[in-house]
Parts: sequence; structure tokens; C-alpha cells
Amino acid sequence: MSELFLNNKYIGKVDNGKEFVNQLLEQRRNNKFSININFLYHDKTDQIFVETSSGRCIRPLIVIKDSKSALTETHVEKLEKNEVKWSDLLKQGVVEYLDSLEEESSIVSLKESNLTQDDTHLDISPIDIFGLTSSLVPFGNYNQGVRLTQGSKNQKQAVGFYTANFFARMDMDVNLLHYPQRPVVTTVTNEILDMDRHPSGQNIVVAIMSYKGYNMEDAIVINKGSIDRGFGRSTYYRPVITEELRYSGGLTDEISIPDKDVKGYRTEHDYRFLEEDGIIYSEGVVEEGDVIIGKTSPPRFLSSLEEYNLATTSRRESSSALKHGEKGIVDFVMLTESEEGNKLVQVRLRDQRIPEIGDKFTSRHGQKGVISLVIPEADVPFTASGIKPDIIFSPYGVPSRMTVSHLIELLAAKTGALSGRYIDGTTFEGEKEADIRLELLKMGFRDNGTETMYNGITGEQYQAKIFVGNMYYLKLKHMVANKIHSRARGPIQLLTRQPTEGRAKEGGLRLGEMEKDTFVAHGASLLLKERFDSDKTEVPVCENCGLIAVYDTRRNNFHCPVCGENVEISNVEMSYAFKLILDEFKSMTIYPKLKLKSKY
Amino acid sequence: MKRELIEFKDKLPPKLLEDLERELLDKASGSKIKKIAEKIHAEYRGSLAEPGEAVGLVTAESIGEPGTQMTLNTFHFAGVSEMNVTTGLPRLIEILDARKVISTNMMEIYLKKPYSQGKDIRQIAEGLKETRFKEYIKEININVAETKMRIELDDKKLKDRGMTSTKIARILKKSLKGFDVRIDKDNSIRIKTSGEEALNMIYRLKEKIKDIYVNGVKGITQVLPVKREEEYVIVTAGSNLKDVLKLDFIDAQRTTTNNINEIEKLFGIEAVREAIVREIIKVLKDQGINIDVRHILLVADAMTMSGKVLGVSRYGIVKEKPSVLARASFETPIRHVINASMVGEIDELNSVIENVMINQPVPLGTGLPGLITKIKEEKGAKKKK
Repeated sequence: MSELFLNNKYIGKVDNGKEFVNQLLEQRRNNKFSININFLYHDKTDQIFVETSSGRCIRPLIVIKDSKSALTETHVEKLEKNEVKWSDLLKQGVVEYLDSLEEESSIVSLKESNLTQDDTHLDISPIDIFGLTSSLVPFGNYNQGVRLTQGSKNQKQAVGFYTANFFARMDMDVNLLHYPQRPVVTTVTNEILDMDRHPSGQNIVVAIMSYKGYNMEDAIVINKGSIDRGFGRSTYYRPVITEELRYSGGLTDEISIPDKDVKGYRTEHDYRFLEEDGIIYSEGVVEEGDVIIGKTSPPRFLSSLEEYNLATTSRRESSSALKHGEKGIVDFVMLTESEEGNKLVQVRLRDQRIPEIGDKFTSRHGQKGVISLVIPEADVPFTASGIKPDIIFSPYGVPSRMTVSHLIELLAAKTGALSGRYIDGTTFEGEKEADIRLELLKMGFRDNGTETMYNGITGEQYQAKIFVGNMYYLKLKHMVANKIHSRARGPIQLLTRQPTEGRAKEGGLRLGEMEKDTFVAHGASLLLKERFDSDKTEVPVCENCGLIAVYDTRRNNFHCPVCGENVEISNVEMSYAFKLILDEFKSMTIYPKLKLKSKY
Repeated sequence: MKRELIEFKDKLPPKLLEDLERELLDKASGSKIKKIAEKIHAEYRGSLAEPGEAVGLVTAESIGEPGTQMTLNTFHFAGVSEMNVTTGLPRLIEILDARKVISTNMMEIYLKKPYSQGKDIRQIAEGLKETRFKEYIKEININVAETKMRIELDDKKLKDRGMTSTKIARILKKSLKGFDVRIDKDNSIRIKTSGEEALNMIYRLKEKIKDIYVNGVKGITQVLPVKREEEYVIVTAGSNLKDVLKLDFIDAQRTTTNNINEIEKLFGIEAVREAIVREIIKVLKDQGINIDVRHILLVADAMTMSGKVLGVSRYGIVKEKPSVLARASFETPIRHVINASMVGEIDELNSVIENVMINQPVPLGTGLPGLITKIKEEKGAKKKK
């Protein structure tokens, strides 16, 4: 007697578990009930599990009947002629869905040629073992597994053509590549995912060589001519959104050019782009500090008295302006209504991004790199036939990472570009490397992909033969323009008087605890003091009671709140943070008495 | 010693002088030796820590940085089953915290001459192991009607440990006073209880006798004889240095434990300093990390200089700092500040952390030297800076 569990709940008992489950499987394949139900007979515990719950992961597999694939040649032919559909295969029991439970009792073969006696199922394609983006890596079967993962991670960050209706959209943080191309070396997944209509890279010429040491440590050297012709250009879109909010008491925000008497009024110059409706015009070229949408809000805390006297005059300025380091061109202005029925203004900014030093590029094999040098086209090395690479990639990136697929793609794309056809590089099932080499040889090139090259500056021939070819390169969304940051002086925090933190606030880079230790270890005592001078203050201290005294600007004298005016008061230099901790001690009813002594 | 070297006797460390003498004695003339010694002396002086060098902080960084590369795993002792040894970072933390109870007590017992060559090594090792009565028991039969218990002994075990049933019976008799313990003809032991509670008693007794200490050194749970360079050493799990030192066949000069607390009790603070250094080096060595001994010596000195062992923690070294602000800047600040305020402590601002806090030059390196001459105050000038 076997116990039967439906969705892990005990239901009852069955005479012969194995037989029972086999019957159920047979009936499911014969379309007697839903294909989404899975069964498992567990030998050791003599239990049957039936799963029907929602949200399970299921995957399709070809059924094996009598050690032969249920998917026959005739099926394939009919599929190609569109006479049979996927749903028909499911109905016929050729393909079925397995969940993790039923997978437990089945043995799945990766390839039809590897079928053994015990196999119960067959993968539809060997690339089923990869995820969507992992299977986009061409010739992935030549690689170490980690590189596939990294390659797929890089592809997710690529700048491309993510949607065709981007004109009508107000997405945050969008990058669009200007001349996206279909890769010469494609994969089956490329087709399945319709990547040809949403490409994310460009086919370029890559030479694997060093260039004056500028491409060491994963840096890449790029041809200025390629950039000028549009390689790697993208546009960055960012919306500025403001809503006219309603507050209690019938008060509302107002989108308009703020009056000069508004609290927090910027300068007239900052509002220069605003039209009468308080919104910027299209194609306005804006920089940091410029107001995009002018807005005023009612005062924050209304006491009953003020409401009558000052309500109209004390409105707050709450415009949307560009923050530090931002720039762009107004692309599109849209006026709509929010869900609550408030006036909603959306302004989309656009900024063209031309590749520059510090921008990140990658091939599809986890071989990412940052531009370190842009060289004039005249200085770029060239081949005997006059081909100039767009990117010079360092050979030291290959041996330790073992990305063989990178090299094979280069070779395959070269062949594809020369013969004018797309090359299938699907993992496990792509064209064979030997065939590609032979084809290249027939076209009059060396079969190992190397060519004689000449120094672009001197015109001398390089002694070594250089491995050049085509590759599909992706521009990644990490661009210096969004990250560059420096500060010599700037805003400070109100509480601590220390510099603000972060790029958006034009902040400083913190010299932390461990960094402090390095100064101490070097005995650089005075340098350390200077570095921590950012919040230095001079505080008057009463020498009698040792507490912080007061300086009265109007009367130009000092007095101690405890001891009065007739006491010795000296100015003491200390960090503002220390003054704060003294205050905090006082709030804890601890008396922090300072005993002063001349420094000299 | 060579005449030329004698003048360097107070200037160079003995190890260097020895090396010099050995290497140069016959190979160089007197004037040459003098020149070489002078060069070495200059080099040696250049290597000394300068006044105002932050040795403590450099030590902390030098130990802390490689510490990040250490594994957190305990490693399994090959051979003997179930012998886990705490090594790596957890062990290092244990030593530096000066924990009273450590996770893996171990001893290395060196032996005197005939035994160190392997004579009776197994028996000696087994003899060290603390054994309780339950290990000798093969079977216990309880006769409820007569409130009797018959214990069959494991002959093989007895032989292994060099025990006889008579000896065991004697130990049992000693620890079970007031009970009737006898040996049967077949070498089994018979215990009888009497009185009102006899039946309950016999069951309670059954559990009790299992834990009776029979022989071996208390605290030592496992032993492993190891051959180390032509000599047998017994490595043990569990430690009891005091009792082991009483045994006559061991080499008391070299036998050690890894329990620093035990060493402190037996030998005092100087030995602890040595033990700390040794234990830290041991940990670092088997992690393949190379730290200059002087850093470790400094840590050991800092931990032991007060005469008792202090851990590098808020209960140990940090608690001894004279500055309130320095103590408060390291864990539980409020407690330190409140306690200090209650007794009216004065912070002289003499050390590094306090001066960083108030943004003044720290008394180290370039911040250390000051002016000796006092500047005369101008007449009539107000004391206002």
C-alpha cells in the first residue's frame, strides 16, 4: 500500500504505487487530463506525490519512448511546414512539462546522440542548460563556466535599442545606442529573443596587440576615426517630473515662474529658460542650476495667526532644477494629470554621449574594459590591405581568463564579414572552428586569423603577426560622464560642519579611520591635523568654569553664561565635532570642564 | 672574541656578534673586520625604531592585514577520529582575547630517553588518557529480586590499559563506600545494595559507577603518539600540565600545553609572555602568513606588562588606558564617560586618539618634538591667543 499525497497533503492509499503512477503518466500523455499535473513515485518510502499547485517552475522536455525520441523526423518536417504546432506536440505526448518533483524520477539526456537505455527524457536543445543571456554568448562551449556568467552579466548592462516607442515614454535613466547592429556571429537564442530587432552592440574590427602600454590591465585603445563615424554613440534620457500637489486648507502648489518675494528665490538667471507657464521650452540647452520647471508651494507650518497675515507672501520655492554636474537638452515636454487628478508636468532631458576616456566596453565573453586612450586614425596600426582596427585589445586579457570563445568569435566574425554571411555560433551546435578556418584560408587569409600589420606612426612593419578580426562589441551603461567627481571646496553639513558626502551633493571623499591610521603610522602628525581641519572652529572658553563661552558680536565682547563678564575668556581651536561631543556631555548632565594652558 | 669586535660589545646584539666572529675569524684581517663591523653597526642603528615611531599602530596593521586572509575553518586532525583543532582566525582571537576557557586544549608531551625512542609508546600514551569505569564495562546485569548488579568487564580493554579486575574493584570500593563490592571467580564485579531504598539505589548506582574515574591523567581525552624527527612525542587533546609534569617518564623541560591560563597558574607571567608569542607564531605559521616576530613580541608585552594577562579587548588592555576619551572611542563609550564623570577623571590629552578627536597634532612622528625655550611674554600684552 502506497501513501498518496496531493500537494503535500495526505489523501489516501493506493494498492500498487508504481503501477498507479505509470498509469497516470500514460493517461496524461494521452491527454486524459491537464499537462500541468506532475507525479512522482518515491521508491524508498513507498509514497506517491501529486503536484497541481500554482507557481511551480516547469520546463518542456521531449519524451522518450522505447529508447527513442518521441519527436521524429516527420514531426520536424511538419513543424517546419507549420503543419504542426507546439500545442499539438503537447497533445500527442511528444513533449511534456516536468517540474522539479517529477524531474526527480526522470533521467534527462542532453543530446539525442548520447541516449542510453535508462533515459526517460531528452532536452529540446543542449543550450537548455543555460539561461537566456548566457546562451547569447557565442561558442560558449569553449569557455570556463564563470566567463559565461560574466559575459551574460555584462550583456545585461549593454546600451542598446530597448524599445521602439521610447519617444512616448518617460523612463528613468535610459540609454539608447545610435547605430545598433545585428551581430555577425549569432546564436539561436538571438533569433528566439528577437534580438535582431533589439540589438545592443556593433560589429567592429579588433586587433589583439599592445599599444604603447596604454591597454594594459583591461584597458582598451580606441580609434578616433571610429568614434567620429558614430561607433559607440548613445543618448542618455532622464525625465524631470513635478506634480502640482494639493494640501489641506485648499492650498495648492503652483507651477509658474516664482515671484521674487518667494522664500528661497534663486537668481533671475536661473529662471531664464522658463516660459509664461513656468515650464521650460523644448530644445533648450540647460546646465547645472538651471530651473526646468518653476514651482512654488504653500508655507510648511501654518499657525492660525500667520494664516491671515502672511499666507500669500511666504510661499516656498520648490522648483525642479538640474543638480550639480548635470547637463542636457530638453527633448520633450508633456503636461498630463496624475492619478489624483493633479497637474503633472514631465520634461525629458537628452544628452548625447560620445565615447571618451573612461567609458566601459565589452565583448560578449566577459572581457570588459575601459577606454584609456583615443588615438587619431592616422596613428592606428593597419593591415596590408589597409584595414584599421576600431579597438586594440590587450593580449594579456586572454591567457589567465581562458576565454577561448572570444578568440573564436573574432575568427568567425572575420570570416563572416569577408564572405558576407551570418555565422551561427550557438553553444554546442554552432559552426565548427575547423570549417571556419578552412573558409578563411580559401579567401586568401591565414587560417589562424593573424595578419601582417604596420605601425601607424612610423609605417614600419611589425615583426609579429597580429591577430585581427571582427567582433561584436557592446557599450555598457557605466559612463564617466555620470560618475566623474572632484571637490576642492564646497558644501558642508549643517550639524557637523563636515563636508557633505556623495557626488550628487558635491561631497568630499571621506578620509576614514583606516586612512587616518596610515598617517599615524608614517608619523605624519601635522598632515593628519590638516586633513581633519575641515570642521575646525575657534571656540571661546571660560577659564574659570571651563565651559564654552559666548561672543557677542553687537557689543564686541565675551561673556560666560555661568560666570558672567568678569572672567578670563580665551579662544580655543578645536574640531567642531569635539564641540558637539562637549554639548552632548552636557545634555547627559556630565560636566566637561576644559582646563586651558598656553600652547607655548 | 677578537679584539676588534670587543669594542662593539655594547653596540651590537650578541647574535650579530656571534655571526660575525664565526664568519670572519680566519678570513679577514683586523682592520677589515673593524670596517665590516662599523658598517653593520651603521646598518643596525638605521634599522632601530626611531623615537616617535608608531610601533603599536604598525603592529596592529601588520597583524590585522594578513588576518583578513586567514581561514575561518577548523582543521581536522589526520589519523585520529574526531579531533578538531581550532586554528586560524578563531584561535588567534582566542589568544589575543586571553580567554580563560579555550576551544581546543592540547598538549605536546615529550618523553625521556628510552621512551622517546619508541619504547612502550602505545601503552604510555594510552595510560595518559583519562578513563572512566564505563569504558571497561562489557555488560551490566541487574538482578531486581536480590538487588544485585553483576558487571562483566572487557578483558581486552583491561589488557590494553594494563589494568586488572582486582585493581578496578579496589578503586570501586574506595569510591563506593558503604556498598558491597566483590569480585567473582570469572573476574566480573558484583555489587549489592541493601536497605529500604535498595531497588532505587541499584538503578542510581548503575549510572553513578559509569562515571567513576579509574586511571590516566584527568582532563586528557585523546592521545596520539607522533614521530617527530627521530623522536616520539605524544600529542593530546585536553590539557592538564600540572599532573602530567608529575609523571616520571616525561621530559618536563619541553612538555607544553596550549592553554595559556594553565601556564600562568603554573609558571607565572614571564612564561605566559613566551607562550603567547609561541602560540601566535604557531597559528600564523600554519596559515602560511609571515609576520615579523617583533610585532608579536610587542603584543605579548602589552598583554603581560601589568603582571597579569590582559586581553586585547575592552575588558583588558583598553580598560587600562589612562585617557577617558581614548577608552570611550573604543566600544561602550557612554559607560566610560559616565564612570569617568562620577570620579571626576582628568584627560591629559597625552596620547594619539584624543588628539585626533580634538583636532590637534598627535604626539607621534613630526608631532612629537616641541620647543624647549620658553618665549618671553611681552609686557602688558594680554594673555589672549
